[in-house]
Amino acid sequence: MEEPVSSREFGQLIFFLVLLIGLTPFIGGWMARVFKGERHFLQVPLGWMEKLIYRLGGVDPTEEMSWWQYAKIVLAFNLIGFLALLGLQLTQAWLPLNPAGQSNVELGLAVNTAASFVTNTNWQAYSGENTMSYLTQMMGLGVQNFFSAATGIVVLLALIRGLTRKTSTTVGNFWADLVRTSVYVLLPLCFILALALASQGVVQTFSAYPTATTLEGASQQIPLGPAASQIAIKQIGTNGGGFFGQNSAHPFENPTPLSNFLELLAILLLPAAIVYTYGVMVGDRRQGWSIYWAMFVIFIAGLGVALWAEYQPNPAMDSLNWMEGKEVRFGTMNSVLWACATTVTSNGSVNAMHDSLSPLAGGVAMFNLLLGECVFGGIGTGLYTMLLFVIITVFLAGLMVGRTPEYLGKKIEAFEVKMSMIAVIAPSACVLIFSALACYLTAGRAALGNNGPHGLSEILYAFASMSNNNGSAFGGLSANTTYYLWAGSVAMLIGRFAVIIPVLAIAGSLAAKKITPPSPGTFPTTGPLFVVLLISVVLIVGVLTFFPALSLGPLIEHLLMQTGHTF
Amino acid sequence: MTNSAKTWIDSAILRQAFKDSFVKLDPRNLWGNPVMFVTGVGAALSTIVLFQGLLGGHFDGFVLQITLWLWFTVLFANFAEAMAEGRGKAQAAALRAARTQTFARRLHGQTEEKVAAPELKLGDLVVCEAGDVIPGDGEVVDGIASVDESAITGESAPVVRESGGDRSAVTGGTRVISDRIVIKITAESGQSFLDRMIALVEGAARQKTPNEIALGILLIALTAVFILAVFSLPFFAWYSQDAANQANAVNVSLPVLVSLLVCLIPTTIGGLLSAIGISGIDRLVRRNVLATSGRAVEAAGDVDVLLLDKTGTITLGNRMATDFIPAPKIETERLASAAQLASLSDETPEGRSIVVLAKEKFGIRGRDIASTHATFIPFSAQTRMSGVDLLKTDGVELSSIRKGAAESVKNWIESQGGSYPTEVAGTVERISREGGTPLVVAENREVLGVIQLKDVVKGGIKERFAQLRAMGIRTVMITGDNPLTAAAIAAEAGVDDFLAQATPEMKLKRIREEQANGHLVAMTGDGTNDAPALAQADVGVAMNTGTQAAREAGNMVDLDSNPTKLIEIVEIGKQLLMTRGALTTFSVANDVAKYFAIIPAMFAGLYAATGSSNGPLAALNIMSLHSPESAILSAVIFNALIIIALIPLALKGVTYRAKPAAEVLQNNLLIYGLGGLVAPFIGIKVIDLLIVAIHFA
Repeated sequence: MEEPVSSREFGQLIFFLVLLIGLTPFIGGWMARVFKGERHFLQVPLGWMEKLIYRLGGVDPTEEMSWWQYAKIVLAFNLIGFLALLGLQLTQAWLPLNPAGQSNVELGLAVNTAASFVTNTNWQAYSGENTMSYLTQMMGLGVQNFFSAATGIVVLLALIRGLTRKTSTTVGNFWADLVRTSVYVLLPLCFILALALASQGVVQTFSAYPTATTLEGASQQIPLGPAASQIAIKQIGTNGGGFFGQNSAHPFENPTPLSNFLELLAILLLPAAIVYTYGVMVGDRRQGWSIYWAMFVIFIAGLGVALWAEYQPNPAMDSLNWMEGKEVRFGTMNSVLWACATTVTSNGSVNAMHDSLSPLAGGVAMFNLLLGECVFGGIGTGLYTMLLFVIITVFLAGLMVGRTPEYLGKKIEAFEVKMSMIAVIAPSACVLIFSALACYLTAGRAALGNNGPHGLSEILYAFASMSNNNGSAFGGLSANTTYYLWAGSVAMLIGRFAVIIPVLAIAGSLAAKKITPPSPGTFPTTGPLFVVLLISVVLIVGVLTFFPALSLGPLIEHLLMQTGHTF
Repeated sequence: MTNSAKTWIDSAILRQAFKDSFVKLDPRNLWGNPVMFVTGVGAALSTIVLFQGLLGGHFDGFVLQITLWLWFTVLFANFAEAMAEGRGKAQAAALRAARTQTFARRLHGQTEEKVAAPELKLGDLVVCEAGDVIPGDGEVVDGIASVDESAITGESAPVVRESGGDRSAVTGGTRVISDRIVIKITAESGQSFLDRMIALVEGAARQKTPNEIALGILLIALTAVFILAVFSLPFFAWYSQDAANQANAVNVSLPVLVSLLVCLIPTTIGGLLSAIGISGIDRLVRRNVLATSGRAVEAAGDVDVLLLDKTGTITLGNRMATDFIPAPKIETERLASAAQLASLSDETPEGRSIVVLAKEKFGIRGRDIASTHATFIPFSAQTRMSGVDLLKTDGVELSSIRKGAAESVKNWIESQGGSYPTEVAGTVERISREGGTPLVVAENREVLGVIQLKDVVKGGIKERFAQLRAMGIRTVMITGDNPLTAAAIAAEAGVDDFLAQATPEMKLKRIREEQANGHLVAMTGDGTNDAPALAQADVGVAMNTGTQAAREAGNMVDLDSNPTKLIEIVEIGKQLLMTRGALTTFSVANDVAKYFAIIPAMFAGLYAATGSSNGPLAALNIMSLHSPESAILSAVIFNALIIIALIPLALKGVTYRAKPAAEVLQNNLLIYGLGGLVAPFIGIKVIDLLIVAIHFA
C-alpha cells in the first residue's frame, strides 16, 4: 500500500525546486553575457572555436540582418538539417559505425524522424536500439539535438532584440547567435552532464551489442552505444529523444537516483534560466521574474493536481496500487515530477509511462502540452511562446487601462495581434484537426492500444505532443503506422515553423517601433496582478480550446474510474 | 443644440433602430463584422434544419426556439449598432439644420451672382452682409464683421471676424450680424469639417480605427479557435459513442453545435464593437468637439503629454491684483484707498481688478469723486504710469497719486525730491521673482507701497493636473512669459514642465522632441503660426475662433474654443478604449459558464450505466439545469440578451476615473473579468428556471 507522499520524497521535491530557482540567476545571468556578446570567462578556453567557425563559414558576426533575412536563414538551415538527417537514415546500412547491422530506415519513418528531430520534438515512432545505427544516432540525431535547441534560442534572441531596439530595421545576426549558443552554452553544459552521467553508469561506447545467456539459457542481446553524450543534450536541449526505446526508464540511460535527479534538473534548468536571461536583456529583471512566476505557478499547480491524483486510492482496485508503469526504482513522486517537468518543457523524455498515470495525472500531462509548451517550454521556444501570450494578455487587458496596449514601451497593434494569434492557433488547429481525423479514419482507430476514453486520450496526446513539439509519448498507441507517421510529420513541422515565422515577423515589426517611456498610465507588466492575469489568459485560452475534447478523454475517464470503471 | 442632447431611450431613435436591425441583416453588411457573420450563417443553417424537419412532417419546438434566438442574437447586435448610429445622426441632424439651403453671393470679377451653397468651389469668393448665412467654411479676405456662431457653438455672444490675422476663419452655417465681408471658400462642399463629422457618425464613411482593427483580428482569431473546437467535437463524440457502445448517446445535431459555437464566439463584444466606436465620437460631439477621424479620438486616449497654453487654459485671461504690500510706516488701508482712486478710471482688466480688490479687502467703495476735482492721468508709453490728480474746489492741488512700473515711479518720486525706500525695492524684486507684476503706488513725494498683480490660476486646475499625473499624463505649460515668471506660475498650477518665451517654432520643436522619445502629444492652438505644431501633434485641437489654417492642420475643432477641453478629450479617448477592453474581457470570461451548461447537455448520457440516463459528465452540470434542451436554450438566450443588456454600457462607456493604470486595471478586472465569469452562471440558471416554469423546455 502506497503511503501519501513521504516526508523524504517531499523533502527531495522541495530541494529540487529550491535548487532550480537558486541556479536560475547564475545560469541565466551567464547566458545573458554570452548572448549580448559581452566578455565572459569561457572565451578563454573556447573563443578559438567561435572564431574558427566564423572563418570557415566566411561569416561576419557583426553583420546585422532584417527579420526576413534572419527567417530565411533559419528556414534554410533547418531544411538542410532535415535533408541531411533524412539521407543518413535512408542510407545507414551502407555507412560505417553500424555494428548492430541496422537496415535502412523506411521512408515514412525516416521523414517522421527527420521532422521530429529538426523541430526539437523528438517524437520517436521507433526504438533507437533496433532502428538507428551509431552513425545516425551521433551525426544525425545528436547533431540535430544541438541545432534544434540552438534554433529555439536564436529565434528568441531575435524577438528580444525586437523588443529592446528602437526604430531599428534589424534583429541581429543568425550565425553569431547560433555559434555562441552552441559553443558557450550547450557544449560546455552537455560536456559536464555527460561526464556526470557516465560516472553514474550511463553507457558510452562504440562497441557492438554483447550477447548474454539468461538463466533460462536463452540468448539475449544487450544494446549499447554512445549514450551518455546523447542523453546530456537530450535533457539540456529540451529534446527528449531517448537513445533506447524505453528512454530514461532504461537503466543504461538513467541508472541511479543521482542520475535521475541530474536529468530532472537538466530538463528544467535552461528553460527556466533563460527567463531570467530575458529579464537581464530587456533591462528590467522584474519583467523576467514576472513571467518566471507565472510559469512556475502553472507548473506547480499541475504537479499538485497530478500528485494528488496519484496518491488517491484507486477505486477500481482492491489495493491502492498505482505502481504499474511507474519508475519503480525511484518511486511515484519522481515519476510524477518527471512527467510534469517533461511535459511543461518541450523535453518529452520519460522515466515512467504516461499511459499508466491515473486519468487526472495523465490529463495534467496532456494539458501541459496543450497549453502550447509555454510553461518553461523548450529553451527559447517556451519563452517566445509565452511572450506571444504576454502580447495577447497585454492586448486583451491593456485596453482596460484606456491606452493602446503596449509591452515594454512597444505598441501592440493589428500586426502583432495577427501574428500572435496565428502562432497560437496553428498548433492547436493541428491537434484538433488531426485528432478528429484519427477518430474518423479506420487507420486512426486501429492504432489504439486501449479503448474507451483512454483510447481518445492516446490520440489527443499523440497529436498534442507532436503539434507542440514535445515528443513524449502517452504509450499504447502504435505510432509507426502510416497515418500517424505522415500526419505527425505535418503536425510537427507546422507546430514549429508556423510559430517561428510569426515570432520573427513580430520581432521585425517591434524593432521598427518607438519605445514609449513607462509612466503611471502604463499597463503594468510586472507584479502579482500581471502574473495572475497572464496565468488566467494562458489557462483560459487552453481550456476554452480543448475543454470539449478533454471532457471526452481524461475527464470522463476520471469520472468513470470513480465509479469503478477503467479502461 | 448641444446639451439638450437626446437620451438614449428617445422613441424616434428606437423606432428607427428597430427597423435598421432588419435592414442590417443583409449579408454584405454582416460580412464587415465576422463574428456576427458566423452567427448569421449559424442561424441560417439552423433554419434550414428546421425546415427540413417540417418538410419531413416533423416539427421540433426546440430547434425552432434555438433558431429564433440565434436570429435574435444577430438582430440585437444590429440594434446596438443602429442605436449608436441613430444617436449620432440625431446629433448630426442638429448640426446639419444649420446648413440647410443657404444661398451664396458669388463674386465674378465685379459682378455678383446668386448660387446655391453646395455649388461653391474651392477658392470662390463670396460676399456676406448683415443677415446673410455664411455658405461654407472659408477665410475672410476683406472687411470685418461680427458673426453669430451660436448655431454651432451654442454661445450667443457674437464674435468678430476680420481679414488677416488670427480671426479670419469662418464656418459655414453661421450668420453675419453686422457689416460686410468677402470670404474665400477654403473647403469644397461635402468636405467641410461639419460634413466630415456627419459622415463619421453616420456610418457610411466610417472607417475602422487601428485599434478597432487589431481587436477585430483578435475576435476573428477567437472565432476561428471555437469553430475548430466545436466542429472537431462531433468526431470525438462519435468515437466516444462507439467506444461506449451506445447509439445516439450524444447530441451533436447541427442546431446544438451551432448553439455551442455562437455561445462561445465573442458575440457580446463583436455585437457591440461598432456601437462603442460610434458613441465615442458621439460623446465628443456632445461636448462640442468635432473630430476629423475616429483615429484621432483613439489617439487622444494614448496621449501622455499635453501642451497647454498658459493664458485661458491654466490661468484666467488677465493678470489680477492679488495683494497690497505697504511701504514702511504706511497703513495698508491707505495704500488700498490710493490705489483704488488711481484706478477708478482705468478700464483695463488690471485696473478694474485693483478696484475690486480694494473693495473686497477693505470695503472701500468707489467714492463720490465729484466732491473733489479729479483729473485722471491715463497711462502713456513715455511715463509708464497712470494716476489721478486731486484738486481742492479752489483749484489748489491737494495731492497727486501715481501707479506704475517701479523704475518710472522711482524716477517720478526722486524728481520731486522724495526718497524711494529700499524695503519697497525689495518687495518689487520679490514679486517679480515669484512671477507677479509689481505696480508701485506713490502719493506726492511718498511711496505708499506695491500692488501685486498676478496671473490667477484657474480654480481646481491643480487638482486636475494631479489627476492627469496619476494617469501618467505630463502637462507642459506654453507661455510667452520670461522663464522666471513662467516657473512661478508653473509651480503654482502644478504643471510638470513649462516652455517659456515660447515661439511657434519652439512649440514644434518641443513636440518633435517628445515624439522622438516615444511620447504622444496633444495640444491646442488657434493662430496660423500654430498650424505646423497642430499638424505635428498626435492630437491637435484647433479653436473654432482660430484661423482656417489652424483648423485644417488639427484633427479636431473645439466649437467652444475652450482650451481646457483638451483634458476632456483625452478622457473620452481613454474611456472609449476602456469600454472596448472591458467588454472583450467580459465576453471571453462568459465562455466558462457556457461550457458548463452545454457540454454536459451534449454528453450527459455518455457511458451511462444501464437503466440510468445520466452518465459521468452529468457531474459537470453544476448549475443543475433542468434538461439538456433547457440548458442549451438558456445559454443561447443568455448570450443574446446580454447584448441588449450591455447596450447602455456600450453607448455611455464604462465609468471613468482618473487613476493610475494599475488601479484602473484592478477595478476593471474585478468588475468585468470576475463579473464576466460569475454573471452567466447566475443568468443562465435564472433563464433555465423561467423557461421551465413557462414550459418552453
